[in-house]
Amino acid sequence: MLFGSVLPLIVALACAPLMQGVITRTKSVIAGRMGQPLMQPYHDLWKLLHKGAVYSHTTSWIFRTGPMVSLASLLLALALVPFGGFPALSAFSGDFILLAYLMALGRFFIVLAALDTGSSFEGMGASREVTFSALAEPALFLSLAALARQTGRISISPLLTAVSWSVWAHAAPMLGLTLAALIIVFLAENARIPVDDPTTHLELTMIHEVMVLDHGGPDFAMIQYGAALKMWLFATIIVAVAVPWHSGNRWIDTAVGLAGMLILAIATGVIESSMARLRLLRVPQLLLVAIVLASLAVAL
Amino acid sequence: MSQLINSVLVLLVLTGFMLLSSSRLAACIHVVAFQGVLLGLLAILMQHGELTVTGVLLPLSTALVKGFLLPWLLFRAMREADTVREVEPLISYNLSIIAGSAVLVFALWLGQRLRLPSQPPSSLLVPAALFMSFVGMLVIVSRRKAVTQALGYLALENGVYAFGAAVALRLPVLVELGILLDVFVGVFVMGIAIFHISREFEHIDTDKFAASTDRPR
Repeated sequence: MLFGSVLPLIVALACAPLMQGVITRTKSVIAGRMGQPLMQPYHDLWKLLHKGAVYSHTTSWIFRTGPMVSLASLLLALALVPFGGFPALSAFSGDFILLAYLMALGRFFIVLAALDTGSSFEGMGASREVTFSALAEPALFLSLAALARQTGRISISPLLTAVSWSVWAHAAPMLGLTLAALIIVFLAENARIPVDDPTTHLELTMIHEVMVLDHGGPDFAMIQYGAALKMWLFATIIVAVAVPWHSGNRWIDTAVGLAGMLILAIATGVIESSMARLRLLRVPQLLLVAIVLASLAVAL
Repeated sequence: MSQLINSVLVLLVLTGFMLLSSSRLAACIHVVAFQGVLLGLLAILMQHGELTVTGVLLPLSTALVKGFLLPWLLFRAMREADTVREVEPLISYNLSIIAGSAVLVFALWLGQRLRLPSQPPSSLLVPAALFMSFVGMLVIVSRRKAVTQALGYLALENGVYAFGAAVALRLPVLVELGILLDVFVGVFVMGIAIFHISREFEHIDTDKFAASTDRPR
């Protein structure tokens, strides 16, 4: 039983960078390029882990703590999310508040580390990250609240397992709205294209990447891996709502879940290839729309 | 069936928010056109399966007039007035969305309070209709361009139509046709007015009308 609950965590740890690889590959195929190998994120992590870290004299212990706290909080958050047919490692009522705040804690420490460098460029990125995540958080909470209201559970793991085809059959508009809000939050929180361009590194309009410019070696590996895990976490929630497959056989459910993740990754790649990044001033508007969608879902 | 009606109503509410958040006039016109088509669909869905000739033709004519004819007129007015987007609305787009959510909450509250002679087929119907009317009013008072204000009037009228569908399941044919004709003439006149205003003053910014008085300033 315990093994079954550890499995979602193992799958997440093993497959999270692959999802980023799939997105990058989709984008290159659409752009007509060969693209990097699917396993490139793993190679990058491996390479980074074997490098030394360089720390500026102006930074303090906060700069070194940032990546670790961020990765640790994401690992904890992942323990609350089920995958496929397997329940989460831990579940108690109201744990979706913990989930949101664990992610906020990780973000807070990355922001602190960015401010610790004293670079005005990173401070700007930190300011943007905090602004946009402050708007994404209500959308996430309201979406989860809508799901909780519909299923009558207030813990992530039972809540996501309780979403089924019969819920879709009698509350399709509400689930559709929640799903749309969650997808906007997914794109915003993971710095994907309509909000932020993950491939640019030295541009004044970027948000997430700018905060981690001064991290190198193992620290940067932790941040990259943490970003992959965060994406996996949000994707898990979206797939659990969009493809509520409960056949009874947990292995089949897990396979369907993995297929859902693959489709979501490809869809993200398609969205990124077909859209331009929004102007920074328009991003709050997109997130406001997510909040409105989610609150409408709660009201239904 | 009630799932379908609910989906259409949710789409109608979302078009309201799109109207509030979009600055491009063309996009706004498309949104209102889509609203018209949705209203036709809604009216057909409300018939409880017993389809009659007038029961199909009336919604169909509604969808045609509101979804194609009026947008065409407005596109013409937009082209002739040579405006592409709403610049600097009195209430910013972000604030409009927030105001829209406040209006939605109010509409939901009012929809629950309102006692109707007959039970509407969906509890969302009255709130959605009220919301659309309120959004129309909000657009009329908060935007500067005459085309956008005409769009607000259309959204308001769409809300009234949806409300009519909720209260009286079947209005007399003549009344419905009369309303449709009224709206058509209204938008027609507005289109001509917009054209003349823009030819006379080289813009359709209604705020500047205050300047054209005889009184010394």
